[in-house]
Amino acid sequence: MEKKGGNTLKIQDLPEDELVFGSFACAGCGGILAVRLALKVLGPETVIVTTPSCLLGVTTFYPQLAFKVPCVNVTFPSTAAAVSGVVAGLKRRGKEHITVLGIAGDGGTVDIGLQALSGAIERGDNFIFLCYDNEAYMNTGVQRSGSTPLGAHTTTTPVGKMLKGEDRPKKDMLRIVAAHDIPYAATASIGYPQDYLRKIQKAKETKGPAYIQVLSPCPPGWGYPSDLTVYLARLAVQTGAWTLAEYEQGKLTVKKIDHPKPLKEYLSLQARFAHLV
Amino acid sequence: MREYLNGNEAVAYAVKLARVEVVAAYPITPQSTIVEEIAAQISRGEMEAEYIRVESEHAALAACFGAAVSGSRVFTATSSQGLAYMFEMLHYVSGARTPMVMAVANRGLAAPWTIWVDHQDSISCRDTGWIQLYVETAQEALDTCLQAYKIAEDPRVLTPVMLCLDGYVLSHTEEIVDIPSQEEVDRFLPPYQPQVLVDTQRPAVFGVGAGPDTYPAFKEAQQVAMERAKEVIRRVDEEFYALFGRRYGGLVEDYRCQDAEVILVTLGAITGTAREVVDFLRQEGAKVGVLRLRALRPFPVEDLRQALKGARVVAVLDRNCSFGYEGVVCTEVKAALLGLQQPPVVVGFIAGLGGQDIRREDIEGIFRRCLNSTEGAPL
Repeated sequence: MEKKGGNTLKIQDLPEDELVFGSFACAGCGGILAVRLALKVLGPETVIVTTPSCLLGVTTFYPQLAFKVPCVNVTFPSTAAAVSGVVAGLKRRGKEHITVLGIAGDGGTVDIGLQALSGAIERGDNFIFLCYDNEAYMNTGVQRSGSTPLGAHTTTTPVGKMLKGEDRPKKDMLRIVAAHDIPYAATASIGYPQDYLRKIQKAKETKGPAYIQVLSPCPPGWGYPSDLTVYLARLAVQTGAWTLAEYEQGKLTVKKIDHPKPLKEYLSLQARFAHLV
Repeated sequence: MREYLNGNEAVAYAVKLARVEVVAAYPITPQSTIVEEIAAQISRGEMEAEYIRVESEHAALAACFGAAVSGSRVFTATSSQGLAYMFEMLHYVSGARTPMVMAVANRGLAAPWTIWVDHQDSISCRDTGWIQLYVETAQEALDTCLQAYKIAEDPRVLTPVMLCLDGYVLSHTEEIVDIPSQEEVDRFLPPYQPQVLVDTQRPAVFGVGAGPDTYPAFKEAQQVAMERAKEVIRRVDEEFYALFGRRYGGLVEDYRCQDAEVILVTLGAITGTAREVVDFLRQEGAKVGVLRLRALRPFPVEDLRQALKGARVVAVLDRNCSFGYEGVVCTEVKAALLGLQQPPVVVGFIAGLGGQDIRREDIEGIFRRCLNSTEGAPL
């Protein structure tokens, strides 16, 4: 395992305890895997704040409680604002050791949730914001988001005579949070769990705001068989469709791929890019 | 301690005396001086609280929600556009049964853009599941803010309270206000003891999803809590009176209504002017009275029927309009009086929108028109 900044974390050392269990997530859901792995690192002294995204829909539908940690659900634009409130409330009760974890999809992060996230980072509150990026509004039926990659078919960027899928490049959220002078930010992929978990651990140890955007493939949204989730999450990195990057102490480092595979390999496995290959 | 305070300062003092632990607010005229004063109190070391400087009203209420479910007594304030921006959070907070108090310095809604008072902002939020209390004076704003925490946090209620005070007329107008001591307030309002809160030892969900089989039960519980709130509001007002010697009638405040032929129903600060007109007309022998609605939600149907049943004409002064129909309070009063043996005629008057002054003569005119009306003749 890669060693950096004194952090060592081995998958074999992760607790067997599941802090998210019994969710209604689709088979092969990259998002629930991202949350499950993150909670294994963060442990039971964690509070989740999330929005009515896929995550809420599959974990906290009354009387279901798929988390073994408290969960505060709030409106779509306000994940990070509610995070600030929870941080303040826990501080008043002398429970500052508890990790406050805001979780949102790409829509709840880069689009409707961006203002609140910017506010909370700028205030310097002590929290982790986890964006599980599946590159479209999946819960509402695969509409494009600011995080949808160029060329992807979605239900609001359908491929037809006049339009060939998404016509704008993906919003560079890492640079947006970096511009806030955030203490720690990173992109990750569930296809590289050791790298992802190390970054979660770093985020936990960070004083102040930390941001992690993890690529989380979505079988129904991207149009691929559900057993390919981890494979695609790796292929995205290997083909350069997704970059693993870290921003800390004002410096951005991008993991270099020495011999990138042809992008076609990645695109050809997904229905959303079928018109391109 | 007696001091010259305006309504906003009175609210800020109450927030300190209530030992509020977390404040999150975004400035907007005419509310801003409430949260400025709170910030100053914290800065001077007179108040110990977290002050979250949020980037919007939507975020203000979301932050308050997060802090409240984490076990804190919280406060925010807004007006007009800010309240409209909070709309979806209003339902979240009340639906998740989160006690908190928000001051609304009432102001009209754009367009046309305005900063002056009417009640369109809070009345538009009538159905958001918040208790709405409208005050008449700066003193009542302070007292009601303290009462509001006790009402909201009552285990039978667990419903947020909107404390509505007329912009400028109350928010920026000074009067002599009696500020109770911290010891007295502590006796009246003990620390907040939530039954369920964010606790890693007892994980719970706040703001769950619910399907068609369970959703109605949550909504019914909210309605039951609102019904219970009526008695709690009355009782808290009496408890307050026992300790501080001031009370405001609970849900409605009656002024010379007992034998009145014409009764004017009001909301907020204009009631003071209406009382003067009542005294003036009473000298002429006219049997007139004023009934001030202190609570708009829960709606005091029983109190209204009791107070208005003997009147010939009930005039309702609305500082709002439900476009395409009439003033909202007028509709509510009509509905409340249905089924009375000899129900009074209810007439609506819309006045004072966007800060237009409602003068003594205007109210006198309303009374005279109603007094001079004869049975069956339209007003």
